Amino acid sequence: MKLTIQINEGPYQHQSSDSAYYFTKAALGKGHEIFRVFFYHDGVNNGTRLTTPPQDDRNIVNRWSELAEQHGLDLVVCVAAAQRRGIVDDGEAKRNGKDATNIAPGFRISGLGQLVEGAIQSDRLVVFGD
Amino acid sequence: MSEIKKFLYVNRKAPYGTIYAWESLEVVLIGAAFEQDVSLAFLDDGVYQLTKDQDTNGIGMKNFSPTYSALGDYEVTKIFVEKESLEERGLSLDDLQHLTWEDEDEDWAEKDSIRLVSRAEMAEIMADQDMLFNF
Repeated sequence: MKLTIQINEGPYQHQSSDSAYYFTKAALGKGHEIFRVFFYHDGVNNGTRLTTPPQDDRNIVNRWSELAEQHGLDLVVCVAAAQRRGIVDDGEAKRNGKDATNIAPGFRISGLGQLVEGAIQSDRLVVFGD
Repeated sequence: MSEIKKFLYVNRKAPYGTIYAWESLEVVLIGAAFEQDVSLAFLDDGVYQLTKDQDTNGIGMKNFSPTYSALGDYEVTKIFVEKESLEERGLSLDDLQHLTWEDEDEDWAEKDSIRLVSRAEMAEIMADQDMLFNF
């Protein structure tokens, strides 16, 4: 089955990013195709490489980056939600005159159309969040 | 992308306490360009999103409620509001904005967008969709 995953909550505050990660990993393990993982609302905070959790805790951001590298996942951060919350890549820094970037490896910033396209192209849209 | 899917955007939360309502509306507006068969559902505290005469001056946040009246222009013409959710909150249809759309096939006749449905009917509407967006 072809799946698009939507994550609506930030890391650590809320379990939905953890649940989405384990779900995505399990789905890949069962041979399903992940068309896209879309980060929306506070979910965009899963895409900052500046995260520094305590060493004895899981690193949620790195975990996504690693999964993306292993499986060629398309991790998309919503641009409108990212601008509000300060998630920045090179293009956004240039466009909005910011002096830094923080996007994590394997993530890219793009528009809401990517979510809608995911819903059109996939058999299921699986949403994690409140 | 020739296949047309039935999309239902499910709105369950009050408009300003969290950003879900506003960012849901942003998806609906962007998604309109993809020409799918779109419906919106409002239930639980989500019914507050459609109330009329919203005034956000006291909380310093943008009042985005006028945007709902533009949905008809985006060819979003099916807005399902759950009757029980309204009643549980002491609201009625009169407390909501009068949302309309113009029917091209009937000489641009103005028609109501909001359809009051029961909880049981809402379940059927959800079951009938290809994709649910939950906000």
